[in-house]
Amino acid sequence: MRDVAIIGIGLTRFGERWEHSLRDLMAEAGLSALTDAGINGKDVEALYAGIMASGRFVGQEHIAALLADQLGFDNIPATRVENACASGGTALRQGYIAVASGIHDIVAVGGVEKMTDVTTSEATTALGGAGDQEWELNQGITFPGLYALMARRHMHEYGTTVEQMAAVAVKNHLNATKNKYAQFRKEITIDEVLNSKPVADPLKILDCSPLSDGAAAVILAPLDIARKYTDTPVKILASTQATDTLCLAERGSITGLKATAVAGEKAYKASGLKPGDIDVAEVHDCFTIAEILAMEDLGFFKKGAAAKAISEGETALNARLSVNTSGGLKGCGHPVGATGVKQAVEITMQLRGEAEGRQVSGAEIGMTHNVGGSGATAVVHILERTN
Amino acid sequence: MEKASAGMWRKIDSRYNLVGSMCERCGTKYFPQRAICRNCGKDTKMLHRKMSGRGTVYSHSEIRVPAEAFKESAPYTVGIIELEEGPKVEGHIIDNGKKVEIGTKVKTAFRKMYTDGEEGLIHYHFKFIPE
Repeated sequence: MRDVAIIGIGLTRFGERWEHSLRDLMAEAGLSALTDAGINGKDVEALYAGIMASGRFVGQEHIAALLADQLGFDNIPATRVENACASGGTALRQGYIAVASGIHDIVAVGGVEKMTDVTTSEATTALGGAGDQEWELNQGITFPGLYALMARRHMHEYGTTVEQMAAVAVKNHLNATKNKYAQFRKEITIDEVLNSKPVADPLKILDCSPLSDGAAAVILAPLDIARKYTDTPVKILASTQATDTLCLAERGSITGLKATAVAGEKAYKASGLKPGDIDVAEVHDCFTIAEILAMEDLGFFKKGAAAKAISEGETALNARLSVNTSGGLKGCGHPVGATGVKQAVEITMQLRGEAEGRQVSGAEIGMTHNVGGSGATAVVHILERTN
Repeated sequence: MEKASAGMWRKIDSRYNLVGSMCERCGTKYFPQRAICRNCGKDTKMLHRKMSGRGTVYSHSEIRVPAEAFKESAPYTVGIIELEEGPKVEGHIIDNGKKVEIGTKVKTAFRKMYTDGEEGLIHYHFKFIPE
């Protein structure tokens, strides 16, 4: 296995991008990643693209070949990767494996979703497919409903409060005000979250990540030739993935995601690091409760202790551990296929020292954590600054 | 969400008769049915076991923003029910004005779930009601 580095990154602004089609968004992010790496499309040997539900959202399948063509790649192998909201993180891992194995040198990884061209109920149905169609969606349990069931149980077992959950949204919105790519560049208050429209009790609309359009891309290369392309390669120290039951009810516990815990442990083992070594993390806050679960499952806080710590500011920008500096899924937006790749783009910016008004000082090691559905898939990456 | 009727008319034991599985070797019970035991893998036999339909509420939520098929029913209550045989299952809870909380005892009742438009099929499924 060879060491692998990120040599280029690209991102579109996330939000309601009604003036751009799905292929426009991917071309924008892809072009900017190629430019950042100083390469041409003809240099790319393979493409992995994370997209969850383009068939439901815009009626287009067979999307990897379309993107390879639009990006000016040269009849290369292009593969779509679908793992619900973890499609992007999984695509990154597939790209990592392709380079680490020695099969390809220069690999492009993209993630994209165009979600705002359908009604909210159509989008809710499409996202519901991330859960168990027969035993969850067909029972009328929406995707926010699944996280609401987890939140209710976490409140019951650990005394977590709706105010503590709201604090996650408040923190991530504040971070998003410093990110020009973010969907919501607007501060919110605890009271605004608590008084926002109920979606699935106890979750309100401001506990939920939004429907978004957007794309992200990274270019990977073997570490030993990475400096040919960039002065600031970011090394991938670990790329791990785990699964669990699709159906929430079939898990022993719903106050944590076992897939996250397993992928996290594997990532610490592969990198020889521990939670205290991480300076900055992008975690999967599709709902406010999800960031609380992630902080506990990844070992940053003891079970039941994360909600209080977050509400007391321990994961704010440049605090003990900076979490979701991009604004996370909540503040930056959540075009589902793009999210896992965007997380790697944000951490790369942080490790290169290019995160402008939201820079974590002296960031050396970063983590990304991308979840599919209610936790049936989790993907973790640990990245390291090399310059 | 219009669907062909075949899928809904199939006689699926889990869906219509609450029949789950039990591993012959380790005795673990599952609902819905599965072909392979999570503990023992493939080298065991899975037996059919009918569930009583009684259980307690493990978690619950009131759905205010529904998926397309349930637009007419919202708001409605859903939950995870821990069946007395052990497995947990998700479903609708019809509260009948009673307060639903974690630990509330419930039993199943067969009810209309949703309709495929005005002239479409009516879909039935078990729901849970407080005892």
